Amino acid sequence: MSETQATTVNETNYLNASSTLRSWLLTVDHKRIGILYLVTLTGFLLIGGIAAGLIRLELINASGRFFSHETYNKIFTAHGVVMIFFFLLPSIPAVFGNFLIPIMIGARDLAFPRLNLASWYIFVIGGVFGLSALVLGGVDTGWTFYTPYSSTYANSHVILTALGIFVAGFSSILTGINFIVTIHKMRAPGMTWFRLPLFVWAHYATSIVIVLGTPVIAITILLVACERLFHLGIFDPALGGDPVLFQHLFWFYSHPAVYIMVLPGMGVMSELIAAFSRKRIFGYTVVAMSSMAIAIIGFFVWGHHMFVSSQSIYAGLVFSFLSFLVAIPSAVKVFNWTATLYKGSISFKTPMVYALGFIGLFTVGGLTGLFLATAAVDVHVHDTYFVVAHFHYVMIGGAMMEFLGALHFWWPKMIGKMYPERVSRAGSILLFIAFNLTFFPQFILGYMGMPRRYHVYPPEFQLLHRMSSLGAGLLFISFAVVFGSLLWSLVKGKKAPANPWPAKGLEWETSSPPPTFNFDRIPEVTEEAYAYETLFGDEPGPTS
Amino acid sequence: MNLLSILPVSASAYAQQVDALYLFLVGMSVFFLVLIGVLITIFSLKYRRRSAGEVPAKTRSHYQLEIMWTVIPLILVMVLFFWGARLFVRYSMPPNDAVEILVTGKQWMWKIQHPDGRREINNLHIPVDQAVKLTMTSEDVIHSFYVPAFRVKADVLPGRYTTLWFRPTEVGRYHLFCAEYCGTEHSLMGGLVYVMSKADFEVWQKADGGAAGVGQLSPAAAGEALFKAKGCAACHTETPAALAPSLHGMFGHTVKLNDGTEVTADENYLHESIINSQAKIVEGFLPIMPVFQGLLTEEEIQQLIAYIKSLTADKGEGS
Ligand code: HEC
Ligand SMILES: [Cu+2]
Ligand SMILES: [Cu+2]
Repeated sequence: MSETQATTVNETNYLNASSTLRSWLLTVDHKRIGILYLVTLTGFLLIGGIAAGLIRLELINASGRFFSHETYNKIFTAHGVVMIFFFLLPSIPAVFGNFLIPIMIGARDLAFPRLNLASWYIFVIGGVFGLSALVLGGVDTGWTFYTPYSSTYANSHVILTALGIFVAGFSSILTGINFIVTIHKMRAPGMTWFRLPLFVWAHYATSIVIVLGTPVIAITILLVACERLFHLGIFDPALGGDPVLFQHLFWFYSHPAVYIMVLPGMGVMSELIAAFSRKRIFGYTVVAMSSMAIAIIGFFVWGHHMFVSSQSIYAGLVFSFLSFLVAIPSAVKVFNWTATLYKGSISFKTPMVYALGFIGLFTVGGLTGLFLATAAVDVHVHDTYFVVAHFHYVMIGGAMMEFLGALHFWWPKMIGKMYPERVSRAGSILLFIAFNLTFFPQFILGYMGMPRRYHVYPPEFQLLHRMSSLGAGLLFISFAVVFGSLLWSLVKGKKAPANPWPAKGLEWETSSPPPTFNFDRIPEVTEEAYAYETLFGDEPGPTS
Repeated sequence: MNLLSILPVSASAYAQQVDALYLFLVGMSVFFLVLIGVLITIFSLKYRRRSAGEVPAKTRSHYQLEIMWTVIPLILVMVLFFWGARLFVRYSMPPNDAVEILVTGKQWMWKIQHPDGRREINNLHIPVDQAVKLTMTSEDVIHSFYVPAFRVKADVLPGRYTTLWFRPTEVGRYHLFCAEYCGTEHSLMGGLVYVMSKADFEVWQKADGGAAGVGQLSPAAAGEALFKAKGCAACHTETPAALAPSLHGMFGHTVKLNDGTEVTADENYLHESIINSQAKIVEGFLPIMPVFQGLLTEEEIQQLIAYIKSLTADKGEGS
């Protein structure tokens, strides 16, 4: 793929270059910052996961046995806020985008390394606000913060949480800007736009959404805080405000936010499918452009969250129409990934299991999205478990599975150790089964009419809720297996070669883990992405 | 409700139409899921890696295929759009023969007023085969009135009216839920909708000597009393020299405002004119009407509006 030596035997790498705490906390190396994010985000994932476990525990019984109403409301709010704002939104971009974009485009770092470190600190500060709200007693508004409940009626730590989200938003914006500039300006010689790996394209599209969308949520949340603190009449009709205005502003960001979570996952997906079927992604240009189409159309569909909110029916119809349109590029991607497998050489390493799982779950998530775009069906299932199931299929199926797929795929590169293949693969399969057991019954529950955010519910829903809780228990076990085997490999894992799979891409041409400045010499790119026909040089031959 | 069925009970013709569309969506989804699943399975078996050094030949890009799997989904989603839109428009437009029932949501209960004055809390009794239109508002935060058996819901907002209608076709008891998270006891904010045969409904209506027997006036009558008690009648005197515009026959008609614009006098306009009279000033009048925000409950406002709606253009006494 390039003129550099495939494997530089380099004893010092970015991990062992220096080992003081100070050298980590003051690092401007994009790879180390990626690791800092990985550690921070795993912490948030654990907190959000515990909250999820408590929710499922409570829902085992229709009568709401364990928690008071207030506690339950705080738990599901904590789950939503932590998972969305402090895990999923940053997840893939902050960890893998940070680590990989410079290497994939043949650069030594991001365009603004210090800004990158600042982004992490800002995120941590936001996280501290969010967590302190949790520790001081929690918030009970739901992650959606609907007004006037959040702005006038709620008696919990709304402002502190809002501040946390507000601050963390700046971290996203700065990261987004950093990525955009880097992708524009720092590509190695020969790395043209249409030679970029699709992972980079997906992050480019995501960064645009982040930079355009995040300020809107920041302002909205600030307005809620203003109304709470100074009684400015913005959203509360008793003060002369408009409660639906909040929903417009909130979803103007929060619908595109779904794509902030899913587009990077789609980027990972393309890398995994290509690597484990040894094929160029079928319809590379179409897949790259569909990311951009999703990013743009995604800004014009927010009203599909508001079909029953008193929005005019004409607006409802337009939003329904546009929501159907935004489904098309996603469908096209799924077909293209499937077609990539055709006549490939498919191997079922753990990352590939996640990738294939992604296709299944994301297809279910996408198809049930069509139910919700269909205005008349949405009227019935809006605010029920159908929606809960749908977005977990999209966000866990779409973003979480790919986060894990990416973690296993690039683990050898990032850490320099191989994870234990069989245990990890078993973990990924168990995860897939547990996920479906947890969330599939929720589609049925939702159509039966079970509203969301209820911890006391009619007894006829109990059986399906119990299936879901059983699945959640299994999910916990599978997460334990997945993360347990990764942790094990930190100590006991085999040393990873530079290109263990082997796969194409500049990141596999530098050593594992890479040296601090990524490449000894800036590579020159002479071929398109995923040129798997030249995987073993011009004459195909087996390596290990 | 049958635990094993995937459809909840349906108690209106509209609900069955939504179910038909839903089942079409389910069928379509199963088709695509199976299609993708079968393709992945076949490819995975057929093209699994047989030796470590295997390198497959490059596949050419194939534009016909790309176009095909863009256009076919596009056609399908357009079918879904029009189908869903037709039903959605039906859901949004109450028929003319609908009986109007007033609903007020409040943390955490539903207050209901029937046209004859009978009130209920958290339950709604209605006769079968009779279209019902709910005019709803909230006293505090946003709630959402949801009856799964009718496949309808609508948010209930403070400071404005929203409507929801249905025509039940099956006698029975159905869940009523609040679907929009509204605070601590959100999950208890519900009750039952009783759809009764015409005969049973009449018995229910007449119980305890009817609404009047339990001391309840119809909303319009209650509104008339309030209109006097709250001093509205002092200005709205219906005389040519009155300080305030005539309210007779104004409902549903256009009102000219002093800034030259026009509005249609619907429930939301009346609501605003009463609690926040300064927001829109009628042409030819001075902004002297007091602001009643906080002085009237949502139910009282609903009653005043019911009274104003009952005033006919011939300036006779309101019925
Ligand atoms: C001090 C005199 C005064 C009192 C008391 C008063 N109003 Fe008015 N009202 C007015 C005036 C003057 C207007 C026209 C200017 C405006 O739009 O504010 C008006 C306008 C209205 C309108 C809009 C009429 C239209 O044609 O658009 C409604 C409805 C109304 N009042 C209802 C009430 C009700 C109900 C009450 C009692 C709760 C009430 N008013 C009490 C003076 C009064
Ligand atoms: Cu959306
Ligand atoms: Cu509620």
